[in-house]
Amino acid sequence: MDMKTPFYDKIVEAGGRMVSFAGYQMSVQFEGIIPEHTKVREAVGVFDVSHMGRVEVKGPQALEFLEHLVTNEMSSLDMYQALYTVMCYPDGGIVDDLLIYRLPDHYLVVVNASNNSKDQAWMREQAKSKDTEIIDRTAEMAQLAVQGPKVEGVLSKLTSADLSGIGFYKGLEMELAGVKMFVSRTGYTGEDGFELYFPAEHAGMVWDSVFEAGSGEGIAPIGLGARDTLRLEMKYALYGNDIDKTTNPIEAGLSWVVKLDKGDFIARDVLLKVTEEKPSRRLVCLEVKGQGIPRPHDIIVADGEEVGAVTSGTFSPSLKKGIALGYVRSGYTKSDTELVVRTRRGEVTVVVVKPPFYKNASHK
Amino acid sequence: MANVPENLRYSKTHEWVRIEGTKATIGITDFAQGELSDIVMVEPPEIGRELNAGDAMGVIEAVKAVSDLYSPVSGKVIEVNIKLASNPETCNKDAYGEGWIVKLEMADPAEAGKLLDAAGYKEHLAAEGH
Repeated sequence: MDMKTPFYDKIVEAGGRMVSFAGYQMSVQFEGIIPEHTKVREAVGVFDVSHMGRVEVKGPQALEFLEHLVTNEMSSLDMYQALYTVMCYPDGGIVDDLLIYRLPDHYLVVVNASNNSKDQAWMREQAKSKDTEIIDRTAEMAQLAVQGPKVEGVLSKLTSADLSGIGFYKGLEMELAGVKMFVSRTGYTGEDGFELYFPAEHAGMVWDSVFEAGSGEGIAPIGLGARDTLRLEMKYALYGNDIDKTTNPIEAGLSWVVKLDKGDFIARDVLLKVTEEKPSRRLVCLEVKGQGIPRPHDIIVADGEEVGAVTSGTFSPSLKKGIALGYVRSGYTKSDTELVVRTRRGEVTVVVVKPPFYKNASHK
Repeated sequence: MANVPENLRYSKTHEWVRIEGTKATIGITDFAQGELSDIVMVEPPEIGRELNAGDAMGVIEAVKAVSDLYSPVSGKVIEVNIKLASNPETCNKDAYGEGWIVKLEMADPAEAGKLLDAAGYKEHLAAEGH
């Protein structure tokens, strides 16, 4: 039996096509993937992301525990700042990718919906000898992402707080739509955007207020379908597709969240070795030349020999052509390298390009 | 609820067929276009190709999925809808009209009797849980 997010009724009312996703009833689309995608790139869109896991970490050793758990550097976090990171198994495989906020008396860890229980079990296991508390806040908190170049103007109508003063990956506690909440300038689209965290009981009211504030700007609800095309155009990794327990963050292009010189942490030795020896494969961006759309698991070929596989692939509504991510053996990962993808409709020529696919995003 | 016109025949793989004499015009049903959503590429068969009923004859790419197009009847391809090359979304907007995909000269017009009628297709959709 699927769970419902606090926005379920609003989403059904808005015409969402409901599917089962990570144990929740979620909308895969409303008007259609392409029009929703365009709304977010050009105006503003609203995503219910309450299915994500929200975990509070607190106690005297919370910082020490998290610093050991994740690969990025926790101690550099300012108050209300967000950090993107991964946590790894000792062999370097990725447990999950995470967003961690530093708040006044605790850290808030946001994890992928499909990994929520696995992640919490892993965190509790690692926290055994530490004086820290791990509390699941998933059910009691709503999480709403409002994304698009017009977002600041829309949300400013609902709060007296100065949203323009919030930098990228920074946040603030404020009253918005009459509800005390935490608001951060974060997202998964490449556009300027905010994420709102607040008690679940206010979900319907906040939803209505946000849509009323955005009605003159063409605000629209956005489903999981466009969420995926938007993130893929930016080369944001999706756990389960592009990263998982069999991939390490170095080959996934996430070296920037691995701080090898911060002191010891889980998988440091392995990741140091991979960094020094260079990974044997890398996650690359592939743009289709001509027609065709690579799909996950399609084989990537060079000189008639298999050199990799696609992990994510879609039609890019912004570029109007097929784009994909895939792991490719070293030697074939440089920009402008031409490769072939074996798709269901035949062989498609692709070229390795530099991320992101979409260069005009508005994010700050 | 998907639109299922009374005057057409249907396959279990969600193609529709309009029979006029020995000619069969084929497209995908309203249900199929709704499931695929956002069609971005339609690859029809080559003109002149001989097909048996049930053959995969083309490919439909949507943003999130790719699907084969099957021939509901046997016959020879006599025309394809070239407008879909530049406007594939027509299959979403007008599935039973301007969104037609291919026309066949049927090898055996009696095959049309094996296809589902509107009531049969609606039952098929219900049986698949839609």
